[in-house]
Order: sequence, then structure tokens, then C-alpha cells
Amino acid sequence: MEKMLVCIQCPQGCKLTVSHSGEGVSVTGNKCPRGASYAQQELINPCRTLTTTVRTAFVDFPLLPVRTLGEIPLKSVFGAMGEISRLVVKKRLRPGDVVLEKLYNTDVALIATDDMTMGEKYAKGSEDYGRDGILS
Amino acid sequence: MSGAKWDVAVIGAGPAGLAAAIAANKAGARVCLVERESRPGGILKQCIHDGFGLVRFGQKLSGPEYAWRDIQLAKERGIKLFTDTFLLELEAREEGFVLTLQNSEQAVFQIVTRALVAATGCRERSARQVFIHGQRPAGVYTAGTVQRLINIGGHLPGKNCVILGSGDIGLIMARRLTLEGAKVQGVYEIKAEPSGLTRNIVQCLEDYNIPLHLGATVTKVHGSERVEAVTISQVDENLRALPGTEEYVPCDTLVLSVGLIPENDMLLPLGVQIDPRTGGPAVDQLMATGQAGLYSCGNALHVNDLVDYVSESGEIAGSSAARFSLGKPDRPCHLPVIPQGDIQYVVPQKLDIAAGGQAVLYFRSARTIANASLEISAGGQVLLQKKYKAVRPPEMERIVLDLALLPPGTEELSLNLRG
Repeated sequence: MEKMLVCIQCPQGCKLTVSHSGEGVSVTGNKCPRGASYAQQELINPCRTLTTTVRTAFVDFPLLPVRTLGEIPLKSVFGAMGEISRLVVKKRLRPGDVVLEKLYNTDVALIATDDMTMGEKYAKGSEDYGRDGILS
Repeated sequence: MSGAKWDVAVIGAGPAGLAAAIAANKAGARVCLVERESRPGGILKQCIHDGFGLVRFGQKLSGPEYAWRDIQLAKERGIKLFTDTFLLELEAREEGFVLTLQNSEQAVFQIVTRALVAATGCRERSARQVFIHGQRPAGVYTAGTVQRLINIGGHLPGKNCVILGSGDIGLIMARRLTLEGAKVQGVYEIKAEPSGLTRNIVQCLEDYNIPLHLGATVTKVHGSERVEAVTISQVDENLRALPGTEEYVPCDTLVLSVGLIPENDMLLPLGVQIDPRTGGPAVDQLMATGQAGLYSCGNALHVNDLVDYVSESGEIAGSSAARFSLGKPDRPCHLPVIPQGDIQYVVPQKLDIAAGGQAVLYFRSARTIANASLEISAGGQVLLQKKYKAVRPPEMERIVLDLALLPPGTEELSLNLRG
């Protein structure tokens, strides 16, 4: 059986042909090794990086952009969005800071991708609400 | 008013402006960055999706993460950043450029700079510019506005959306709206092929079963207070709506992703020559415009496909501006770069052969071509040839040319792309 895929690992978008006969899976059309592992994973369980925002307790920075540190199953995306929608960040985080150790039913962490300590309003000392703990 | 003096001033603290300011600072110039918003980062602040930085950092970063790296560098280097500061007037005088600025701390004030880098980015094409006229119901947005409302403001602008245009921002917003609970009826593209990257068709539309309709456009927006529906029509090969193909699609929001236009209004009073093909100033490989001391980069120069190249052009513009300001630059000696065959445009539009070294050339094809070949020639000699498996107008191509290859007495350089 043959399947056509477009690799989404980088903007090149290689057109991949995945054929599996018996036990082996072979991938052609990929310009780099990432294409091969992408195609293999895509057949078993498609996974994606999820990027979204989390609400915060700060008026000058109401939403914190976040992403998963690694990929989560595509089928878990809406479940993960549901969990994320219930979070409120109460501490000023910076890129790379962990918002949640394990997102939804995965082992993948959710990390901040923007710097909440940045900006004029913060520098001038706007009211800092939650000082204890990251999340409610 | 006579203001503080700078070697280099950069207008716009997006990725191009940040890269320019850092490069100029590294070259020893006293630099200031002028930003109209309250935070640096430009459009990257709202581009929370990932995929940025593969070329420059070898990593898939989100927009804010990409910007943050340069913001940190600019801070460490002590580059002066004026935020919430608007440029009111720009004048070229003997002593350099005089910028009249306005902010809440200093009210209206002036600064003087020897060299100026215009890194003002681009604007989205609006509903009027794609001939959507008539009533003006609420619910018609550009994709970038929707992105800002959702990602920065936390507002969902609609619950039942139609997206017109298959540019990357439109595709990314189709996914974003879906993740935030809105229904996206479909993406409609007037052309026969999508204008966004294939990977975005896959990960933004196919992953969420959002249909993509090619050769179809919005011909009517219904509703007076709020959008109630749109009429979709198929188009012929000349992109004219075909009578009898109308389809009534109920929706409360129309999202437009119909192209970007470089933003150079502030340069017009200086009489800077704009290339009608790019919408940006005509520059040489140093990013120098025809006006001495004025440099252009990023999406203000031409709309780039990847931010990595925006930063690259910013670095070139910044270091060139510093060299102009601090040194005694050689008198430029320009020869034109002529696009031929299926080339839509080339940046730079001219080469300063007195500067020597290498020139980075960016170009786009006018149409999709499989197995294309590019030939760069000068004075009857072929200097460089390159084969491409495929070239597509949405994807920018980049090629480096060693100016030492130019034969003496060359009067022009041509780039010819053929199928």
C-alpha cells in the first residue's frame, strides 16, 4: 500500500511517498531524515506541536503565548485546549518557563513563549496580583 | 527644536528593525530604535504559532520566542528603545535626517541621525482593496486583525467564519479559530492554486477537516448590522465571477487573507524611488535606497516568506547604515539588476560594484514552474546557473552572488528564470 504525505517539519514541504509492504515501511521523497520519521509517526499516530495562549492575572499582559515542548497526539489537541482554557497564570513567566509539567494525558510540558516581565507598564510597576504559585 | 544626535536611527522594532539596530551597534554606531507600540517584536508578538527560526537558529520557535532572542540582545547591548513613540515627520537635511517624534514622556521632540533604517514592515490588503463594497456590516476582518484580537486581546471575533484568500496568515487563523471554538466553513481562493505554504494546508486545514475551495471568491457580503452570509462564486480563467455559480454561505465573520503591501508612506516626502513590483524602495545589495544614508529592510522592502530573511536583510541594512554614518563610504557605482523570463521581482534592484564582496539576491517566480532553471548573466557571460525542482510564487528564493565574478565594464546584470 502506498500513501502520499506532505512533510510539515519545515517550510520546504517535501512530498513523501510512504509504502508499507509486509513488515517494513519505506519513505521516499524526503530531503532530510526528519521526513522519514515524520512519515512513520504519521502512519501510527499523527502528532503536532500545539501553540495557543493561557489567561493570566495581569491586566497589562492578559494572555501568555504557550507551546508544547514537543509534540502531542493530534487526537488529544481539543482535550488539551479544554485543559488549557481552565488555567490562569499568576506569576510573571519568561520564555521556556514551564506552565504545566504534563499537559492533558501526555508527558509533554506546556511552556511559556513570551516574556511577561517585558513592557513599559511592568517597568513602571503595575500591580502584581498573584505572587504565590504559577497557576490557579 | 534641535534634538539628540544619533549615528543610526531605526524606525520599527520588529524583526527587521531589531536585527538592523543590533548590527549597527556591533559595527560601533550609536543607535536608537523607534517603536510605535508599547513592546518591541512587531508582528511576531501575535504570531504565537511555531515554525520561525529554522534557517537562522536551526530551531522551530514561536513568533514571540524568535523576537525575544533579538530583544534580549538589543537590551544587553544597551540599545536605546523609544516605545509608544510615533514618527510624525521625516526630513532630509545637510546634517542628516531630522525625525519629529511624539510620545507621552517627551511630547513632540526631534532627533537627528546621520543614517536612517526604515524597518516599517507591511500592511494587510483590506476589504476595499479587493473590491468588497456596499454595506459595512461588523464582522469583516483582515486575518492579522483576527490574530491580534484572539492572541493578544483574548477576544473571539466570530463563531461561524468564512476565510477569503489562502495566504499563510489566513490558513493559520483557520486553525486558530477552530482551536478556540469557532466553526470555519471553508477557505476560498480565487486562484487555481493556494498561495500559502503546502505544510500550512496540511497542518491548518486538513488536520481540522476545513475545506479549501480553489477558483472561488466572495462576490457579496450580506447583512447590515452584522455579517449574515456571503455569496461565493466560481471564477473563470481570467478570475471573473461566473454567473449561475453563486452559493449562499451563512456566516457571521469574513476573514480576509488577501495579500500584504510594504508600508513606506513615511519615505514618500523624501522622493524615494519605489519599485512597483515589490512595493518597496529600490535598493542595492547594501540595502541602500537612492537617498544617501537611507536604508530599507524586512517587509517594508519586499514581503518575505520567512522571518529569517527579514532578519538577514535587517542585519545588512544596519551594518551598512553604521558604515555610512561612521566612515567615509566609497562613492557607490551602480549597475541595474534586470529580471527576465518568469521572474516576478528581484531584490536588490541594483548592485553597488564599488562595495565588492558578495550580494544576497532574493527573487520570486511569476508562476509555478517544475524543473526551472535560473541563469545570472552579465556582459554576455553566464556567471551562475541553478536548477530548481519547483518554484512557486509564494516561496521566495535566495541566491548569493560573488561580485568578483562580474566581468570588467559590466553595465547590467540579468536574472533569467525559465521553465
